Amino acid sequence: MVKSLRISLAASAALAFSALPSAAQVSDDVVRIGVLGDLSGIYNDLSGKGAIEAVKMAAEDFGGTVLGKKIDVVSADHQNKPDVGAAKAREWFDTGGVDLINDLANSGVARAVAGVAREKKRHIIVNGASNMGITNELCSPYAIHYAYDAYSLAHGTGKAVVEQGGKTWFFLTVDFAFGIGLEQQVSNVVRANKGRVVGAARHPLATTDFSSYILQAQASKAEIIGIASTGADAVNAIKAAVEFGATKNQKLAALLLWIEDVHSLGLPAAQGLLLTNAWYWDMNEDTRKFAKRFFDRVGKMPNMAQAADYSSTMFYLNAVKAAGTDDPDKISAKMREMKVNDMFTKDGYVRADGRFVHDMYLWQVKTPAESKAPWDYLKPVATIPAEQAFQPLSESTCPLVKK
Amino acid sequence: MLVLLKRSLILAVVAALLAVPLMPHFIYPVFAMKVMCFALFACAYNLLLGHTGIVSFGHAAFFGTAAYVTGYAMRELGLPPEISIAAGVIGSAGLGAAIGALAIRRQGIYLAMITLALAQLVYFVFLQAEFTGAEDGMQEIPRGVLFGLIDLRSDFNLFYVVMALTGAGLWLVYRIVNSPFGEVLRAIREHEPRARSLGYAIEKYKILAFALSAGLSGLAGSLKCIVFQLASLTDVHWHMSGEVILMTLLGGMPTVFGPAIGAILVSALHHYFDALGAWVTIVIGLIFILCVLVFRRGVAGQLHHMLQERRPTAPSAERRNLKEGQHAQV
Repeated sequence: MVKSLRISLAASAALAFSALPSAAQVSDDVVRIGVLGDLSGIYNDLSGKGAIEAVKMAAEDFGGTVLGKKIDVVSADHQNKPDVGAAKAREWFDTGGVDLINDLANSGVARAVAGVAREKKRHIIVNGASNMGITNELCSPYAIHYAYDAYSLAHGTGKAVVEQGGKTWFFLTVDFAFGIGLEQQVSNVVRANKGRVVGAARHPLATTDFSSYILQAQASKAEIIGIASTGADAVNAIKAAVEFGATKNQKLAALLLWIEDVHSLGLPAAQGLLLTNAWYWDMNEDTRKFAKRFFDRVGKMPNMAQAADYSSTMFYLNAVKAAGTDDPDKISAKMREMKVNDMFTKDGYVRADGRFVHDMYLWQVKTPAESKAPWDYLKPVATIPAEQAFQPLSESTCPLVKK
Repeated sequence: MLVLLKRSLILAVVAALLAVPLMPHFIYPVFAMKVMCFALFACAYNLLLGHTGIVSFGHAAFFGTAAYVTGYAMRELGLPPEISIAAGVIGSAGLGAAIGALAIRRQGIYLAMITLALAQLVYFVFLQAEFTGAEDGMQEIPRGVLFGLIDLRSDFNLFYVVMALTGAGLWLVYRIVNSPFGEVLRAIREHEPRARSLGYAIEKYKILAFALSAGLSGLAGSLKCIVFQLASLTDVHWHMSGEVILMTLLGGMPTVFGPAIGAILVSALHHYFDALGAWVTIVIGLIFILCVLVFRRGVAGQLHHMLQERRPTAPSAERRNLKEGQHAQV
């Protein structure tokens, strides 16, 4: 008995680490929007509560009902695990009465859910993830890639850095669909501009100790250290690079930075970095108005994915209203006819492969002296016009594209 | 009396399961399939823990390896599900024999550490190998058509296939436990030197027990992979090894099907208390403390024990019906 007690204690200790948090609510048959985001992991900041609130704001601003039916918002945590996300999406579509899944931060999860959505013929809108698969091999009439993607990041930050003279690159890449996809896209841009990729180090998601990876990057003698990760990973990598003195001889190119990342890095460490974002809160009167309302609810400024969560939910609800039904195929057709004009973008539209096309922007992080107020972090560098910001339709491998 | 009670209980569970796909809004069939996979996994694990007295802390390796092998066979090689599942089971059983052969050179906590270490090696192989998709997992695995007849893309068909295979797996566990071979395993558990002195080559018995347990765990892993069309690192992570120990202990180590109850408990807690978020861990922790303090034999073990105490003649009557040297365990 003593033995089994010991085993019991060992197992309970193991359990304490093993179960991870998750959350979900389910209710009646209405137009139901599920927010599947990271509510507990390293992408919690850029997705999380902000994403849920943004979708709720859209549902409220729409009036709470569409076609006389209540709009309901449910949420769940995918824990950055594709299996958890796919299982939740499957359950939502099968028995939860969910019509649309939004946000989907984390490329691995987004890919897995895209497969489920295609099989179940229900809508997803990807705002938090960048993987190109959504509009290529995994495309379907039901998937829309809304906010940004790896191609637009590569053709924003990547291209700008190469044009400033960064010809040799070494990548610090987070080892899953997001990082690898981004590294590929940026490598294409570097090579197209007669640059050279000298190597890459791959690290797992949520790495805290970057020392060995930074040493590899320094040993490579590349001019540019491309950071193909985001959120806490990118923050930790940048801090480690600064601490190891890598920034003396080499330049950092953070390939996907969010306003929250700049906030947690602080301007002294982040100043001068280039970043590609689809949206920034301080662009014009409309964005500031939305940002203020969001700030009052969440306590921080919205990022581009959260603004896109709001905008895309509105877009979907408008399409439901215009289609006069919640039939997924009819809504898909409507969404490909309608244009989006709101605080997120002007004249945005959805292509055959599911790509939502709009202008992207290249920003630079302000110096501490330039920043006048809290969250005043970015200054515009260039606008990347919609036609150049995204993968040309002719290059898409999506079978829905007629060639 | 006890046997009758248990028979009717098993019949009731089977009848309830048969009805699940007919009322998908009452119990979600995919969830029920997941529970069945874990029930088989836990019972297979208990072959080692409860019946041989070996604490393995690396069973996720067998569960996950089978999932990846099945996924690879179906997605990359385009093999039908029956062959893919068989490949998964054989792969896991082979791995089980190999890990078992190394691990049984030590005992107790050292054995547990060796299995954990080897399982972590397996984990890193799947993390780094090209075909596994690392953190993304192996996605978009087709469910295929079983024997060229049964289309598994329908949850309805798949449910009964999973139920049949789980049933077969559990029946095999029952047969193993109640065989002369199972008797030797228990002899090893109770007193290893004595079993050796009786002339049993206990190493061979232990390795075989490892392989059988791993193979059946593999069956569970293969089924889960087909149900979710995904094989991921979660399946090979050591959390999974911990989870299966927990299920087994909660359900009841001294019984054959007790761990299945543990599997149902743990999965249901995760599923239905989802909305509690991080609190699920605390709830499960509290239940576990309660279990250890109040019924240390696990849910099924304690029930079994109480029923036997109440009818002191029942077990002896039961035993008379059995062959010499055989000890019924249900």
